[in-house]
Amino acid sequence: MASENPVIETRDLTIQFGGHVAVNQVSCAFYPGTLTSIVGPNGAGKTTWFNLISGQLRPTSGQVLLHGEDISRLPAPTRADKGLGRAFQLTNLFPNLTVLENTRLAVASRYNIGYNFWNMAARRQDITDKAMHYLTQVKLAHRADYVANGLPHGDQRKLEVGLLLALEPEVFMFDEPTAGMSVDEVPIILDLIADIKAREDKVVLLVEHKMDVVRSLSDRIVVLHNGELVADGEPAEVIASPVVQEAYLGAAQDETEQA
Amino acid sequence: MIHSLLSGDYPRSRLLTVLLIAIFIGLALGPFLFSGTVAFRTMGLIVVFILVVAAYDLMLGYTHVVSFAHLMFFGFGAYGVAMALDSMGSNFTAIAVGTGASLLASIVVALLLGLLSLRVKAIFFALVTLAIAFSFMVLVNQLYTLTGGEDGMRVAVPRELGPAFRLDEPLTGFSLLGWLWGVVTNPLGLVEVTREAFFDVRANGRLLMYYVSFVITLVLFLGMLRLVNSPFGRVLLAIRENEFRAEALGYRTVYYRTAVVVLASALATIGGVMFALVTRYITPESTLDFELAVFVLLMCVIGGMGTLYGAVIGATVFLIAQNYLQDLLGVLSGWMEHVPVLAMAAPLFGSDRWLLWFGVLFVLSVYFFPTGIVGQLREWAARRSRAGEELVEGEKVDEPASHGA
Repeated sequence: MASENPVIETRDLTIQFGGHVAVNQVSCAFYPGTLTSIVGPNGAGKTTWFNLISGQLRPTSGQVLLHGEDISRLPAPTRADKGLGRAFQLTNLFPNLTVLENTRLAVASRYNIGYNFWNMAARRQDITDKAMHYLTQVKLAHRADYVANGLPHGDQRKLEVGLLLALEPEVFMFDEPTAGMSVDEVPIILDLIADIKAREDKVVLLVEHKMDVVRSLSDRIVVLHNGELVADGEPAEVIASPVVQEAYLGAAQDETEQA
Repeated sequence: MIHSLLSGDYPRSRLLTVLLIAIFIGLALGPFLFSGTVAFRTMGLIVVFILVVAAYDLMLGYTHVVSFAHLMFFGFGAYGVAMALDSMGSNFTAIAVGTGASLLASIVVALLLGLLSLRVKAIFFALVTLAIAFSFMVLVNQLYTLTGGEDGMRVAVPRELGPAFRLDEPLTGFSLLGWLWGVVTNPLGLVEVTREAFFDVRANGRLLMYYVSFVITLVLFLGMLRLVNSPFGRVLLAIRENEFRAEALGYRTVYYRTAVVVLASALATIGGVMFALVTRYITPESTLDFELAVFVLLMCVIGGMGTLYGAVIGATVFLIAQNYLQDLLGVLSGWMEHVPVLAMAAPLFGSDRWLLWFGVLFVLSVYFFPTGIVGQLREWAARRSRAGEELVEGEKVDEPASHGA
């Protein structure tokens, strides 16, 4: 797999907020058909790194490459058009629109019909059908007419994932997709992620705290600590490595020892 | 047919439907239903401001772009056409040139404003529009050789649109309010009351201009209704709800915001042209004043932001209140002066205090109907139909249970 060309790559990617270096010289490449988990303690810079890749932030220095093209200066919408899809850690929906309308907006973006100001949106049955297809995947079809705001937290998380699916990107970026979900909802999302991974041409990046999830899904684990990339490799070997034990699991172990 | 005309965006409330139909009929047949110059003037203003407020709602209600320069574009249209008529003579070419030039100016300035919104956050954008609108007002006041300054300027409309242009056949109207008033006060003299209710409608160029404005507003309103229900309109809603996410989905929100600012400004310009031609006299106070900008905002909020129908209701309610609340208060205070205890409070209800009472009404309406008249009516209708649905669903759920038992 490493012999193929990377889809997305960061080179010496750095961002500084005042005196604080949130992401420091991170270089990493991601290949099609693989699922990479990004782990690290809170404040390690995982979400900031995601923001740099999907365009919500611009780097202080370094590059983001998509199929070898430098996209680090492009705005977020352009990157989304180029196939970078992002789901957010904090639920980030269109609160007063219905679940269906939320999803249709994602589908319509891919169809590039946003500038059509004369046809009735409701008459585009193809877009509604597509949207319903993705809502069925995230088990929200029965809630299509609900206002997003009125959904329980777990359903909002599912819709967040549904919007990403509806964008049909080449690179799927999940930021803690199962955070705050109930135990019986988590497998729905994990199965969906596993399905995406099974499609050979997609790249999946996953920020996740639940180590059992990470271990079962990942082809590869990248560890960030204090904004730096400290480990990168096969799941078993990364989890076992001393640097990870110290940086990530260290604190937890100390606590258990004390207890 | 109706589905296409309204772009599938129905009033979704029985009472709202009744109100809208009443307003539509009232404006369509207005000159033949309401007698008097005040009524005619009020109807003309309602027609113009429905367009202006609906255009404002595209920005404020649908996209959450707060602009105080809307009235400036209105002024572009009003002064553009007035100056063209002044310098080129009272003909239709002058109207076309004035409209075209002011539309062009509006589009250029709105484009610059829209691109500015790329750089600055919402609150700064609002402040910048306020500053620009103020400087335009100062400019109009200072350039009195061109604009008449604070005295304003007479709009020399072509003869065909003025009072001098008369139809040969006299038209007859039937004064609805006069008749109703007569029926109540003099129920026995029904024949006489009915005969008195008929009045002559002055079939002149002003009536023609009124109907031209009516048709323009109707067509543009239906166009806007189509716009907000198009995929483009959906993106505007997405920007209102969560601009950050709209960008993450791939929408270049700056382009959309610029487009909506340009469009709303162009529509306000057309509204300004109509205003100048309908009222035939414009001053900075009647076209550009900050107070008027606040009134437009109020009409939008009272009617219900983000509903377009709210613009119709809001403009109608506000302008009727503005023109008739004074009369009503005058009657009220006159009556109070004769009552011993209430006489002290009578000055509070003087007709020049209408703005005070309108303010009270506004505060109450925002408190009790935060989503505006249209929003509230729709909410009630939705609650009622939901209650109905739950009843039906409850029956369905009960069935299998009874089978099980």
